[in-house]
Amino acid sequence: MATMMFWEAIRRALDEEMARDPMVICMGEDIGVAGGTYKATQGLYDKYGPERVMDTPISENGFTGLAIGASFVGVRPVVEIMSVNFAWLATDQIVNTAAKVHYMSGGQIKAPIVIRTPGGTAHQLGAQHSARMEKVFMGVAGLRVVTPSTPRQAYGLIKSAVRCEDPVLINEHELIYNLKGEVPDEEYFHPLEGSEIARQGKDVSLFGYNVSVHWCLQAAKKLADQHGIDAEVIDLYGLNPLDRAGIAESVSKTHRAVVVEEAEAPVGVGAEVMAILNEECFFEMDAPPARVSALNVPIPYNHTLEKAAIPNADDIVKAVLKLFGK
Amino acid sequence: MTSEDKRLLSVDVKKRLLHEMLFARRFEERCYEAYVERKIGGFLHLYPGEEACAHGVLEAARVGHDYVITSYRDHVHAIKSGVDPKAVMAELFAKVTGCCKGLGGSMHIFGVEQRFMGGYALVGGPFPLAAGIAKGIQMKGGDEICICFLGDAANNQGTFHESLNMAKLWNLPVLYVCENNLYGIGTRIDRSTAVVDQYKRVSGYNIPSQQVDGQDVEVVYAAAAAAIDHVRGGNGPYFLELMTYRYRGHSMSDSNAYRAKDEERMWSKRDPIIMLRDRLIDDGQLTQETFKKTDDQILEHIEDEIIRFAEESPEPTMDLLQKYVLVENDPWVKGGAH
Repeated sequence: MATMMFWEAIRRALDEEMARDPMVICMGEDIGVAGGTYKATQGLYDKYGPERVMDTPISENGFTGLAIGASFVGVRPVVEIMSVNFAWLATDQIVNTAAKVHYMSGGQIKAPIVIRTPGGTAHQLGAQHSARMEKVFMGVAGLRVVTPSTPRQAYGLIKSAVRCEDPVLINEHELIYNLKGEVPDEEYFHPLEGSEIARQGKDVSLFGYNVSVHWCLQAAKKLADQHGIDAEVIDLYGLNPLDRAGIAESVSKTHRAVVVEEAEAPVGVGAEVMAILNEECFFEMDAPPARVSALNVPIPYNHTLEKAAIPNADDIVKAVLKLFGK
Repeated sequence: MTSEDKRLLSVDVKKRLLHEMLFARRFEERCYEAYVERKIGGFLHLYPGEEACAHGVLEAARVGHDYVITSYRDHVHAIKSGVDPKAVMAELFAKVTGCCKGLGGSMHIFGVEQRFMGGYALVGGPFPLAAGIAKGIQMKGGDEICICFLGDAANNQGTFHESLNMAKLWNLPVLYVCENNLYGIGTRIDRSTAVVDQYKRVSGYNIPSQQVDGQDVEVVYAAAAAAIDHVRGGNGPYFLELMTYRYRGHSMSDSNAYRAKDEERMWSKRDPIIMLRDRLIDDGQLTQETFKKTDDQILEHIEDEIIRFAEESPEPTMDLLQKYVLVENDPWVKGGAH
């Protein structure tokens, strides 16, 4: 089991898939000669050449659409959209074409495209570079959405996504490209649906995804150390579809739930998980479920205000204590 | 246009094209009736007046070998690409025997076996898809090309510019055919578009282009044959602008009140079917009586075979409702086959 950084895990997965299948290509802005803004394609241009590691013009809807068209005829494109904020421009092709073409063609066409894109709030990038779009994509029928929190997941999700016949959007995060973690030495394929227990616990279920899994783990440690509360942390790496059974199973054990999302509350992961809790295990719950979300504001530039807009481990601890009447 | 180019079409081919275009006209007119009868739902965009465009270009292509993609005005392109007209009509009637099992509809006709890669309902959406199909062709090293038909108004979308840039940058084997019918929905081209001649707009991307009469199928054929040779020869994309006119409104919900009657009369004199018919009659290759008889046979065939098939076919069953949202039983969803 090797320890590597998140971006190295992505790079390894892409390298292995490109070596295996000549129809796998990578496309995106600055991913070729420059090796990618977050180094996820470093060295691949030299190894596979400009036909397969394509530096694209800054035309997000255009090159995403081009990749989708290529996927109709046997190409396996992995598109990098440099920041999820730019994916708004490509939602036309992602939503109107990739997610719908299999259905509206009566099953004749498949669009096996992978779209990797970092979403989230990083360090003072301002309102137009801090979007969290998972809520948009996870509501689209026909589009798989996954979001890795660890290098192992990043590696395994890319491996499975490249081979899967459906369009898969991989929601990454700028803040954890340098996160270190263990990745199996042998090939590893992560499921595209489901959830993982990141920490076993019996008193309360904390649901997180991507970077918020790490906040949940920090909160769980504080809850254990300072309050004697044993929190379970569920990593919702699969956002579309969500792991209905896994969510219900954990809460049936702990009887309390807090959903943590990096995005604003309206119409998001929190709202969706709470709806599932209502539908699946209403009578199992000892307290109403709570959510910890970002404030419903465009992300400000000022560092202090930016931090205040986004949840953290202390916010999660507070929400849990409230469930216990503390 | 040299006379040599025109001779490329033999009398037999011209007669066949006349038959095909007349069939396309009658097929679309029958769709209109079925829509009024509420047999066809949704939006319906018809092709009468523009028949020479699809027929001239695709006659010059290798149907079933080359890939074709287009917009929501797609019935005739699908049929000329080899999709069974019965499957197209059944699709319009929302039947399970339709080419997309009743899940697509008029704007989403597909025939992947025939390499008809579909009709898409976002204006300008197919521009990058066509470039992508061409990228796939290029990677596999085949001699296919991708032909993308879109209207003039699609050229005001960003995808037009983004796709032309990439197609030229990467030397992709794609032929963009602009069917310039002078209107974007109900807005005349000079009221929406700064440069009315569409072929001029691609010069900024160093893509060769030509504007020709889209009502004369022989002219379209010759121009398309040259354009296709260019693309198939590995010389990158080409842009062909065909000047044409649609007789009906943009869709069935369009009253068509925005066009001057004089303009409509002028274009009706340049009807692609009448022009070819009269040319064949003048050349002594066809008589008015034979033409009339063919027309009657087509009408009968549409009624007895195509409409009847669509009428009598069953509706899709409920098991199809969720069948094609995602690909069924993909092992990688579970992390592989183990």
